[in-house]
Amino acid sequence: MKEKTGIIITGGVVGLFAVLLVYFGNPANMGFCIACFLRDIAGALGFHRAEVVQYMRPEIIGLLLGSFILASVNKEFSSRGGSSPVTRFVLSIVVMIGALIFLGCPLRMVLRIAGGDFNAIVGLVGFVSGIYVGIFFLNKGFNLKRSYKLTNLEGYLFPVINVGFLALLIIAPAFVFFSKSGPGAASAPVWISLAAGLIVGALAQKYRLCTVGGTRDMILFRDNYLMLGFLSILAVAFVGNLLMGSFKPGFAEQPIAHTDGLWNFLGMALVGWGSVLLGGCPLRQLILAGEGNTDSAVCALGLIVGAAISHNFGLASSAKGVTLNGQISVGICVLILLAISYANSEFLSKNAQA
Amino acid sequence: MKTIDTCGMSCPQPVLMTKKALDEEKDGIDVIVDNNTAKGNVQRYLKSVGYSVEIEENDGTFVLKARK
Repeated sequence: MKEKTGIIITGGVVGLFAVLLVYFGNPANMGFCIACFLRDIAGALGFHRAEVVQYMRPEIIGLLLGSFILASVNKEFSSRGGSSPVTRFVLSIVVMIGALIFLGCPLRMVLRIAGGDFNAIVGLVGFVSGIYVGIFFLNKGFNLKRSYKLTNLEGYLFPVINVGFLALLIIAPAFVFFSKSGPGAASAPVWISLAAGLIVGALAQKYRLCTVGGTRDMILFRDNYLMLGFLSILAVAFVGNLLMGSFKPGFAEQPIAHTDGLWNFLGMALVGWGSVLLGGCPLRQLILAGEGNTDSAVCALGLIVGAAISHNFGLASSAKGVTLNGQISVGICVLILLAISYANSEFLSKNAQA
Repeated sequence: MKTIDTCGMSCPQPVLMTKKALDEEKDGIDVIVDNNTAKGNVQRYLKSVGYSVEIEENDGTFVLKARK
């Protein structure tokens, strides 16, 4: 049990900070959301022009740099990459499209459940279903081939880009967009968000927190290590919401959520499936990018581009519901995941041998 | 003793490769990993299925020696 204390504490800190960040000004049930916050950053940079979701979220910068700093101190920083980067980029776009159909990454899904949003339970069922599909292909030999050691600069670049984001946030030049209304305008003070990100980033780096890994490892290996982190987030955020009076159970009128069950299910199924193929959830990818994993940095860039595509093409859902374009995009994304899953599994190589 | 090399593979490949190798070599295997995450994951898995694990470190990689 001793070796599992760290992951349980990490999950607890994520849950606690998530509730506190909402108290200090973040959107409801959105203390942390990797998808939403990368989407806000895409908006701040003008990659999409959805005026209500543009903000250079300090939590993301903090997560990345917290991981980078601790990995460097512990000599775990290692610049590596080259494991099917373009495939990972495309997978990340799909994951982001799915997350914005549902309205949240797996982390926000947990926080939404902890806030009493039953739509997120439907999302969870989809998420687990997607993980099962991903595991089916893992068992068929799916992998994206190995990565290699690279020059240190390659690994430093993404952390440096995040220092640049921090500079843009503080200097706030006219070409960076800041929402004046909507979720993008709701935020905790910069230094609180940044500090929360740094602490969670360091803890998640040390204890390997991953929201998709919890379910995946339980199914594949009966290993509950990461699941304990997942459950710890849920438990602490749930108690926190109860204490703050922000636990409001039900389907209707939930903050930044819609009630369309089918699309909540399908959106998170894409996220679960895509994340298993990527080897980790969006949060985990940020942490790995901080450790010098440039395949994960490519993933983070794919998530940002995916957010821009989602809003520019009218795929992202809103509290009003799912769009027709969004529904069509889910179908296309399923085909993309099928093709990538199939092509990187042993189906083709076995046929070639026969 | 059979050796498998998981260097450069992302989660959960090192554990999957270990599991697959153990299906064929029940007495034990050597697993090479190149990062602490994989080291922890493979070690936890090997112990959970009843192997003792000895770890040798050399130059940024680890060899996990799993024995019945």
